[in-house]
Amino acid sequence: MGVFTFLLFVGLIICALYVCFAKNLLTSIVVFMAYSVVMSIIWLLLESPDLAITEAAVGAGVTSVLFFVTLKKIHAMDDRKDTEDEQD
Amino acid sequence: MSRIREDYEKTAWRRLVHFINGDEKDMTEEAGYEVETEATTQRIHDEFFEEAEWNHRKEKADTMLSQYEEWPETKGVVYFRKLYNLIAGVICVAIIALLLITAAQLPSFGGTDNPASNEVAERYIEKGMEETGAVNIVAGMILDYRAFDTLGESHVLFLGVCCVMILLRLDGTESERVKKEAESNDRIYEPKNDAILQCVAKVLVPVIMLFGIYVVFNGHISPGGGFSGGSIIGAGLILYLNAYGFKKTGRFFTMKTFSVISVLALGFYAISKTYSFFTGANHLESFISAGTPGELLSAGLILPLNICVGMVVASTMYGLYALFRKGGI
Repeated sequence: MGVFTFLLFVGLIICALYVCFAKNLLTSIVVFMAYSVVMSIIWLLLESPDLAITEAAVGAGVTSVLFFVTLKKIHAMDDRKDTEDEQD
Repeated sequence: MSRIREDYEKTAWRRLVHFINGDEKDMTEEAGYEVETEATTQRIHDEFFEEAEWNHRKEKADTMLSQYEEWPETKGVVYFRKLYNLIAGVICVAIIALLLITAAQLPSFGGTDNPASNEVAERYIEKGMEETGAVNIVAGMILDYRAFDTLGESHVLFLGVCCVMILLRLDGTESERVKKEAESNDRIYEPKNDAILQCVAKVLVPVIMLFGIYVVFNGHISPGGGFSGGSIIGAGLILYLNAYGFKKTGRFFTMKTFSVISVLALGFYAISKTYSFFTGANHLESFISAGTPGELLSAGLILPLNICVGMVVASTMYGLYALFRKGGI
């Protein structure tokens, strides 16, 4: 196992833990995207480029975008709206 | 009116009346009351103390009751939390230990005597290219040997969009206010014409689309295939939608386009693969040939099936995003 692979694995574990323990949902999603990118590089190193392409496109791309839209729909990344509601 | 005598109760007449009415007991009690003053005071005294003690007991019981009622909120929570943490820690450690033990006993990666490297994998690797005509063994597996798996996966995607549609779609029954609210919610973070995003999208979207189409069409030759290429195309569509809005994408992708693409692609997949399996299982002559491995038009059904899956996945990705955004494609 090379140094690069080791660094990737450590980064993967750190990303996974951070996604669980982050207070801010938006940060969680961005770190989850980073997790997907690291994961796709690891798939490439494990000689499965099919999975690497899919992971990069779905995990880092589409899923995160859907997460963002969901956050926006439930007003989780919308501080301004919350304060307005409190004033009302 | 004659005066009422003060000692009226003691008069003989009164006693007689009492006697005739049969209120003897009353009489004696009254008499006794007069006589046993000492005892009554004693009794009152006792009663007073009894009452005091009763009050004291009641107070005690009340405090105990309140303690009992408050117990879950004060001490009970503490005990429960301690117990909960203990049990959670024990379970967590147990599961971690179990998983680590299992991981330690896994066979080595890519070993020759693994359970996974049996005759099935051998057959795929040795005869896969010859039988399916696909250089990419993965594509040969998922779209030829196990094509029904992939058909099920495509249907899962289609069903996912259908479920989201049931939950989130705003059709004609909603009032104008709901629609306007959804529209304004949608536009909180997005200025309608973002010049930077539009410039970037103008350059990037064609490249992304071309790459997606390349991945789909070369699924049987190089890594990739319907699912990866389809999701790349879907991501490109989403980027285009974000840059230019629903009006521009609505010109070429509507609800009707979505349903036509999904139904045609899934139907073609099911019918063609049924034919292929039917002829294969009955040793019949099939007009689909494997062709020369490595050429673009080869590998029999894999190329059209890749295109089908790619179209379904791309429209699914775009459809999911559009449904999440405004409740309609």
